[in-house]
Amino acid sequence: MGDTANRIIQPAFITGADLPIPTLSLLLADGSLREGAEVPALDKELAQKMYRDMIYIRVLDERMIAAQRQGRLSFYLTCTGEEAAVMGTVAAFTLGDMIMGQYREQAALRFRGFTSKQFMNQMLSNNMDLGKGRQMPIHYGSRALNFMTISSPLATQIPQAAGYAYGQKLQHLEACTLCYFGDGAASEGDFHAGMNMAAVLKCPVVFVARNNGYAISTPTSEQFAGDGIASRGVGYGIKSIRVDGNDILAVYAAAVEARKLAITNHEPVLIETMSYRLGAHSSSDDPSGYRSREEEDKWRKKDPIARMKNWLIDRSWWSEQEEKQALESYRKEVLDALKSEEKRPPPPLSDLIKDVYDAPPWHLQEQYEALKAHIDKYPDNYPATSGEG
Amino acid sequence: MAKMNLLQAINNALDIAMADNERVVCLGEDIGQFGGVFRATSNLQEKYGRDRCFNTPLTEQGIAGFAVGLAAQGAVPVAEIQFADYIYPAFDQIVNEAAKFRYRSGDEFDVAGLTFRTPYGGGIAGGLYHSQSPEAYFCHTPGLKVVVPSTPYQAKGLLLAAIRDPNPVLFFEPKAYYRASVGEVPEEDFELPLGEADIVVEGEDITLLAWGAQMNNLRKAADLAEAEGISCEVIDLRTLLPWDVKTIESSVKKTGRLLISHEATHTGGYGGEIAATIQERCFLYLESPISRVNGLDTPFPLAHEKEYMPDQLKIYEAIKASMSY
Repeated sequence: MGDTANRIIQPAFITGADLPIPTLSLLLADGSLREGAEVPALDKELAQKMYRDMIYIRVLDERMIAAQRQGRLSFYLTCTGEEAAVMGTVAAFTLGDMIMGQYREQAALRFRGFTSKQFMNQMLSNNMDLGKGRQMPIHYGSRALNFMTISSPLATQIPQAAGYAYGQKLQHLEACTLCYFGDGAASEGDFHAGMNMAAVLKCPVVFVARNNGYAISTPTSEQFAGDGIASRGVGYGIKSIRVDGNDILAVYAAAVEARKLAITNHEPVLIETMSYRLGAHSSSDDPSGYRSREEEDKWRKKDPIARMKNWLIDRSWWSEQEEKQALESYRKEVLDALKSEEKRPPPPLSDLIKDVYDAPPWHLQEQYEALKAHIDKYPDNYPATSGEG
Repeated sequence: MAKMNLLQAINNALDIAMADNERVVCLGEDIGQFGGVFRATSNLQEKYGRDRCFNTPLTEQGIAGFAVGLAAQGAVPVAEIQFADYIYPAFDQIVNEAAKFRYRSGDEFDVAGLTFRTPYGGGIAGGLYHSQSPEAYFCHTPGLKVVVPSTPYQAKGLLLAAIRDPNPVLFFEPKAYYRASVGEVPEEDFELPLGEADIVVEGEDITLLAWGAQMNNLRKAADLAEAEGISCEVIDLRTLLPWDVKTIESSVKKTGRLLISHEATHTGGYGGEIAATIQERCFLYLESPISRVNGLDTPFPLAHEKEYMPDQLKIYEAIKASMSY
């Protein structure tokens, strides 16, 4: 016990205040740069694409909420206010990187090329839905785009992302996994299990905690007592950073570095994006019951899209004219897709028993035959499938 | 052929699977250099390296979630849950994630390569938390396959089939037989088909059905009955989900009687599912009610383990009751 280094002789407890976590912030609300801040390497073409995809998502979200109110969709969930947190991260990754999202990351799908029709087909549970009409709206997934199908249970994707990344490492791929989750999901056991495993087993995964202030109605002050999510990463031995989630440049700069660390060192990285869910949790929620209009207005002034637009216009990479044209074309694209895809029929009845296993076993085939006979007997009660013949 | 106990057969199957396919990966608590608390993974880390056979932190939900992600990536994970009694923290990852992965994505993604191995069952003075038989919970979940071997030969052939099956498989290993059960096992690579029961002994008067750790009791009871002139057909179900209804159905149509026995508690046990299905299919052939000889509806006891167990005498009595109904 001769070791005196790092020993104390009075009980002194450490607190979160001993590890103050700074917030990376480059871009001010008016689109100007913070003094001394450097713009991350981001060319005009990519910057424009990111911006275009962000305003597309704003349009999609507005139109889909309206469609839900009209009864054309059963459910919807917007990304409004958090577009930069998603776009700034996904843009730093390549198509070979797997994305495992929570459910509010439609901007990442758009960035990778998910079409308006694909969005509609999923939300309408029709016969062109890649998910064969099996999940509620917004549970997208696409193997071609390396976007893992969304699952409603929260945080389950976190240990899975660690495992997925470990598999990428075993194959010596130049690739990593990008995993999104929210401030509420970070209270689930799977968060702790997944973070710890990713750190111990050195998995090339970048975790993005979208801290948007609320889990449905529960504010973060009732979700955790510590300093957000980033502080926990440190406890697990994970390099962690907090960024202004409404600052596209800060998010992008952090994400580029995070990916580099993950791929080069085979280690996990945690990014906590500080933002605000400007919309309701979902189309089934009404935030007026748990937060004030003043609070929302305060955050509306920090709109990540307006901030990026100011920056782009400032460097003549965007104009009001282009904005107008883009918004018009996106509104048309979305509405045209909704109109054409809602005419499609549901998936065939035979899809009901497919994909439970690689092939339907005897008991599923028996149940299917019995169901078909029943539908034939009472066709009026099952109009969606009785006409299949 | 070589003489192996059930653990050696498991270890041998894992060795063959890892040599055959470099994407096979073993993970779990203490399974690395130590070889697992029962030594099922002995020497595998030494042979295939730390990347492919490794210890995990002590988190069943983490192990399960990690294995699901690994399998989704295309690897072939064989994850060990140290005792089936501790599988419940992993329940969500197994039941909500692994089981539904292919279905919910419309076959965009799957966890084809995923296998969970876990020791289950009593007989080792393990009390509540080292003795449970939780198979019925998982048999209630579409998308999973549930497999239970009862001999070293089965353990090897079924585990190799489970690892290579394109669906998530739960592989429950009867730990009471780990060292107690010794038999001839082919040294080469071989598989036994999933979803097929095995008729162990042919008979005429009554069908006796069980799986895994209950097979010895079943065979002893059959011997006791045989001595009294009752001819028992003894069947080992081997795969619980999806199960081999045809073999059981044709046996019961021949014998007219069915007895099912499992160590798991009676109410909600898998025997109830089998009994209901067989009475639907064989109602007019039945000479007596389908009999179930199971564990009591208590948590697994310690001091009264012997009393709790559906042993050969309880089965023997139930056979006689069925015959004289």
